[in-house]
Amino acid sequence: MFSKVLVANRGEIAVRIIRTLREMGIRSVAVYSDADRASLHVRMADEAAHVGASPSGESYLRIERIIDAARAHGAEAIHPGYGFLSENAEFAAACESAGIVFIGPSPDAIRKMGSKTAARELARAAGVPVVPGMDHGARDADEALGFARDCGYPLLLKAVAGGGGKGMRRVDRNEDLAAAFRDASSEAERAFADATVYVEKLIERPRHIEMQLLGDRHGHLIHLGERECSLQRRHQKIMEECPSPLVAEHPEMRQAMGEAAVRIARAAGYYNAGTIEFLVDARRNFYFLEMNTRLQVEHPVTELVTGLDLVRLQLAIAAGEPLRLAQEAVTLRGAAMECRVYAEDPDNDFFPSPGRITHLARPAGPGIRLDSGVYPGWTVPLDYDPLLAKLAVWAGSREEARVRMIRALDEYHVAGIKTNLGFFRQLLEDDQIRRAELHTGLVDEFLSRRPQPEIDAELEAIVVLVAQAFLTARGESSTNRKGRSPCAAWRLAGRDELLQ
Amino acid sequence: MTFDVQIDGVPARLELHRDGDLYRFRLGDRAELQAQLAEVEPGVFSVLLGGRSYEAHAERDDGHRDEHGHECAWITVRGRRFRIAITDPRRWTQSSAAAHGHDRETIVASMPGKIVRILVQPGETVVAGQGVIVIEAMKMQNEMKARHAGRVTAVRVREGETVAAGAILAAIE
Repeated sequence: MFSKVLVANRGEIAVRIIRTLREMGIRSVAVYSDADRASLHVRMADEAAHVGASPSGESYLRIERIIDAARAHGAEAIHPGYGFLSENAEFAAACESAGIVFIGPSPDAIRKMGSKTAARELARAAGVPVVPGMDHGARDADEALGFARDCGYPLLLKAVAGGGGKGMRRVDRNEDLAAAFRDASSEAERAFADATVYVEKLIERPRHIEMQLLGDRHGHLIHLGERECSLQRRHQKIMEECPSPLVAEHPEMRQAMGEAAVRIARAAGYYNAGTIEFLVDARRNFYFLEMNTRLQVEHPVTELVTGLDLVRLQLAIAAGEPLRLAQEAVTLRGAAMECRVYAEDPDNDFFPSPGRITHLARPAGPGIRLDSGVYPGWTVPLDYDPLLAKLAVWAGSREEARVRMIRALDEYHVAGIKTNLGFFRQLLEDDQIRRAELHTGLVDEFLSRRPQPEIDAELEAIVVLVAQAFLTARGESSTNRKGRSPCAAWRLAGRDELLQ
Repeated sequence: MTFDVQIDGVPARLELHRDGDLYRFRLGDRAELQAQLAEVEPGVFSVLLGGRSYEAHAERDDGHRDEHGHECAWITVRGRRFRIAITDPRRWTQSSAAAHGHDRETIVASMPGKIVRILVQPGETVVAGQGVIVIEAMKMQNEMKARHAGRVTAVRVREGETVAAGAILAAIE
């Protein structure tokens, strides 16, 4: 096993990886940009290396700086986390040629699965159904129109190099296709420096269900069950669960999807942890969507239900050890849910809300797991993704997990910045969520019919009382502190003066 | 004492008598309530009312004082968040100061971020709802818009500059 590992990431995922390294007695090396000097992952690591300025393009995405840091600190391996360089084949290859182990699949497997059209081809060859669509990028809107004639509407335009919903457009009619093609291409160009788009048949109200895979470097490849990630906003997952309520009702799906996922990964020569994503239609047909060649954000729900530590297993596989876990030995117990806690304002179109965390109350007690990258007094930088933490719960059944999550959200409070905690609270009380009638458009539908919570007279009175006591106390103390009066008339006047 | 309050923008009247940590209070024409209140951690209040226990988190809303200059706080209790504005009759000067400048609008950054585009020049006229300045944070862009029509009298920032929440970006008269 390695004695020192560099974690090429930041935030909650860097903290999560460092925790397992600590448990395994492996020294951890954090990397940080200017904005992250005081970040939690730097505080928790055994060693830390500065890798550049705040914009990720000048720090976390600079291959040579990460490799130099690993060399300077004598790290034998690099864990890339998710995002940043985690699915960059060039980075994996650069590690290899520097004699450093990349904790993930081979550069060749990353490359094969990185192109959406190549990955679809591979899945088809492995006998796994894919969403009907073009097997190559469209030259122009006319070629896309030709496909539309054969396959019918609605359609989805997608970036070949895509991910995260960028370069994606729904098209319902012939006359909209040309404009949508233009938009999708230019968005893909901006996001991935590759304007190529292709066309797929759109599956209405699908569920997003994915299989977690794990394979060693000796050809042993298994799946660890599924996760359901149908709750999405702007094509980004916000809440995940394991097992999928649909698969739990139809367990034969787990075997079929698991076997299909293993076949695809085997065809790509895949090892380490990876995830095969499927779309599932109303008749429970599943279609290969894409493969993520890294640890997923939502891996904690799988860990809670299987009792495995995926990061520990990734490290063992990367060190060349055989995976001593047979497919039959993987069992799912109970149910887990995860909410992605973002610094964003649900009352203002979910706009990002970076800033200083003035107070933090964390949930605890039975069945709670909090993977957080923040602490009170820390300023959330505006340079990166707004994910603050992942709140996961485990319970004996899905319904118990749902109410446990509501209880945990009630205990969780972040002050100083806005978060989506209250939004999750509302979402989890929705009837459709409770009945597990999930599909990828559910959150948008919920937002458009978002019910006004009932007014509780006593609660309202208490809220006003607290506001009055709070503002009075702060007002009295702040007038004594020069320049801190939050709302005094002179300050308003001063602002006006500034503008003259 | 009596205060004018706004609960998520809905006006109401609060009548309040305090005796140490005991509060007798009435909201609008509802029944009078009696509660015991303690600030148990900074900004965290424990409220006991009729044998029931509540915990509320309070935060000042500095960047978003309401249009009359009232003090605002965000109160979160049982997973719900309320925006409360309060006018204290003893401090009426606040609202008069705000009223004094009511024909002038300041464009304020609603979040910290980087100025990516300035869409207007000083002297230019704008219509209500027109975009003035674009701020970017966490890979998202947000357009700050003019609430009222008018003439841009000042632009206080440059493209590429980083600003804090509540920073004044421009003025419109």
